[in-house]
Amino acid sequence: MASVLGRYGRKWSLGCVSYHKNHLPRFSTVTHSAVPSEPIQQQQAGRSMNLYSAINQALHIALESDSRSYVFGEDVGFGGVFRCTTGLAERFGKHRVFNTPLCEQGIVGFAIGLAAMDNRAVAEIQFADYIFPAFDQIVNEAAKFRYRSGGQFNCGGLTIRAPYGAVGHGGHYHSQSPEAFFCHVPGIKVVIPRSPSQAKGLLLSSIRDQNPVVFFEPKWLYRLSVEEVPEHDYMLPLSEAEVIREGSDITLVGWGAQLSIMEQACIDAEKEGISCELIDLKTLIPWDKETVEASVSKTGRLLVSHEAPITGGFGAEISASIVERCFLRLEAPVSRVCGLDTPFPLVFEPFYMPNKNKVSRKYWFPKICVTTWCSSASWQLVFG
Amino acid sequence: MAFRVITMKSGAMMATARYLTRRNMTHGGSCCGNHHHHHPPFERKKQQSCSRSLSGFWRFNSTKASAVDVYSSDEDVTNTNHHQGLDFPGGHVSYTHSLNFISKSSTQNRVPCYRVLDDNGVVIRSSSGDLESQLQQQPLISQQTALKIYREMVRLQVMDTIFYEAQRQGRLSFYLTSTGEEAISVASAAALSSDDVVMPQYREPGVLLWRGFSLREFADQCFGNKDDYGKGRQMPIHYGSNKLNYFTVSSPLAFEEACMTQLLLCLNSYLQGDFHAGLNFAAVTESPVVFVCRNNGWAISTNVSEQFRSDGIVVKGQAYGIDSIRVDGNDALAVYNSIRAARQMAVNQGKPVLVEFLTYRVGHHSTSDDSTKYRPMDEIEHWKVTRNPVSRFRKWVEGNGWWNEDEESELRSATRKQLLQAIQAAERTEKPFLEEMFTDVYDETPSNLREQQEQLREIIKRHPKDYPSDIPV
Repeated sequence: MASVLGRYGRKWSLGCVSYHKNHLPRFSTVTHSAVPSEPIQQQQAGRSMNLYSAINQALHIALESDSRSYVFGEDVGFGGVFRCTTGLAERFGKHRVFNTPLCEQGIVGFAIGLAAMDNRAVAEIQFADYIFPAFDQIVNEAAKFRYRSGGQFNCGGLTIRAPYGAVGHGGHYHSQSPEAFFCHVPGIKVVIPRSPSQAKGLLLSSIRDQNPVVFFEPKWLYRLSVEEVPEHDYMLPLSEAEVIREGSDITLVGWGAQLSIMEQACIDAEKEGISCELIDLKTLIPWDKETVEASVSKTGRLLVSHEAPITGGFGAEISASIVERCFLRLEAPVSRVCGLDTPFPLVFEPFYMPNKNKVSRKYWFPKICVTTWCSSASWQLVFG
Repeated sequence: MAFRVITMKSGAMMATARYLTRRNMTHGGSCCGNHHHHHPPFERKKQQSCSRSLSGFWRFNSTKASAVDVYSSDEDVTNTNHHQGLDFPGGHVSYTHSLNFISKSSTQNRVPCYRVLDDNGVVIRSSSGDLESQLQQQPLISQQTALKIYREMVRLQVMDTIFYEAQRQGRLSFYLTSTGEEAISVASAAALSSDDVVMPQYREPGVLLWRGFSLREFADQCFGNKDDYGKGRQMPIHYGSNKLNYFTVSSPLAFEEACMTQLLLCLNSYLQGDFHAGLNFAAVTESPVVFVCRNNGWAISTNVSEQFRSDGIVVKGQAYGIDSIRVDGNDALAVYNSIRAARQMAVNQGKPVLVEFLTYRVGHHSTSDDSTKYRPMDEIEHWKVTRNPVSRFRKWVEGNGWWNEDEESELRSATRKQLLQAIQAAERTEKPFLEEMFTDVYDETPSNLREQQEQLREIIKRHPKDYPSDIPV
């Protein structure tokens, strides 16, 4: 993993996550919680932990705070293939934390049934690549459960967790980023954390949210991303994007593991005198258009980056929405730096990935150049 | 409209078919019948101890295969001692030297069908000492319950006729009848308690009728007016009532099952993948769910022979480790008894049960279908007249002196009148506010939907004539 890390330049250092100094979490989507939530800056002392440990801690807290919550999926009993469910079965019992048959359709269908009976069901899909057998359940049942019943029924207690994204050697079926499929479904929420402390707060919010949530965890960061995570029960608001780095020349929007790449690019750009504003979207639907719009109104440029293939990716939605809203403020076309339109390849992964060396698409735009991702040696942004 | 629906053949299953030989399920093992084992005298291997977790997952302390002794030459080759065997994950299993395949069920060997009343509404007397005759020794059902079942079956019949006519007159966009299957939904509901949660397919409004859903409430949903609990979002017949523990009907026929602590009755498509997932999950999690299958012979135009080659649905229960039964779905008493028994098993033993009701879909699939295009008229007539579940049950209640012709005509005309009134009232009631299109997508309306609503209202303001006038803006 270290060699892969060195190869691809993915590094995650402590403290690179920074909070906007005026940022206070608002909990508009949370209608109940066992423990009053507090602003994350006023946290109790944290402990250094990685992503899977933070998620594990969130699950412990979720199960402890609500006796009607359940965690299940393939292999969760012994701790899970990524160790996210370690210790849960021993602590809460096999009637609350248990293995399921190897059937994603059944896992999600079962979870919907549990949630429909006012329980909190946290279903794990072992890899996001395997979520597709459950797609009908998610789209036609979970997403429409409340709406079709006129509000008489709901499966708001449903949370589906799945590891997503590149891992260095995953190939077609252990690397996919399928978030775009789900962003097209009214009625569910899609949440993607970038770091351990974010993951814990966002997962607890997702579990306690009154709507079905699909929670994608960047598997690359399970071990690699380490930071101080507060040990208490806290939640982070859904549908609120966060400006994690302030800047004035260009806005970059991303989520999950891709933010660490973009963070590096921002640091490199700064050396060239380009000031980048970096936004973590966190919730992809419903997404926080206002924050992105405010930022692009300030900077005049937008670049969206995600691992998923570029065509039909969620970057297209962000681009279209921002062009509609900020057209007259834009000084350059919106740029997307994404995965290629191929199935996720194995040996070609370094070429497929939208890493910081990638060159963006070239526009014909007369006097104004696009943002280019150049080699690590230089960064060019030409203003028209 | 393209519903994905079950297609099952009514078939010519006869009650005289004998049971399939029940597989000899030994502890953690199974063996095939009809062949000879060639076993040496061999001390039965000490039973593997296993620990059973709360989730029912079997773990074995050892899965080592036992050593095989050389057998003596005067061994009786027809010795069917099955003690010699192998341990694999999943349990102890006897082995065999015979290359025999388990044969699929044949038409001569089908699971028989439980019934109480014959086609003339007379209780069948059996001289054998089987379960059926035991049940007949006691009163099958109280007069009060029987009459209520009968009345609701009649009301369902009348409701179907009137609503169907209303659709043909253009007053409703769509309707779907339960004609020929009235006994299943009504008598099943009678055998349940009102707390039991029902997850229906779409041909079970009898459950709602039994539980007290009013004709006006049915009409409100069909007309999608502001009193519709579904707020006008779904097509007619997509009823739902949390008050009556009846999950809202959805078209795609997917399963969500399992509340692990509460009885759930599931009626749904049995050929979708999630039927298999649902049954398997229910078995593994030991959920108290009664799975009910209305095997009515048809899925729109596709009949059962084009849907599966197994002996109906009942055999699939066994495949998933679920007790199951096949019942005459046109016999209200058999429906009542079987659901009552199934419920008891599910609740007392904490496990799923599968009930397959054999029946026939007399009506068209829906108002969008003309079934005479794919099946003969005389077949439909036969089932409508000779095998009608309502008239069959009527004969029985009349035979007991609990019902007569006058009461019959009174009930039918009263119900018809109430329905016409309900339809008129529901039709006149205004539709839900436009705002209701945007609520309940989430628990709270997000900003993108608030924005879209504003934009929509602006357009409506500019072009009011292009939009239905009966939706208040």
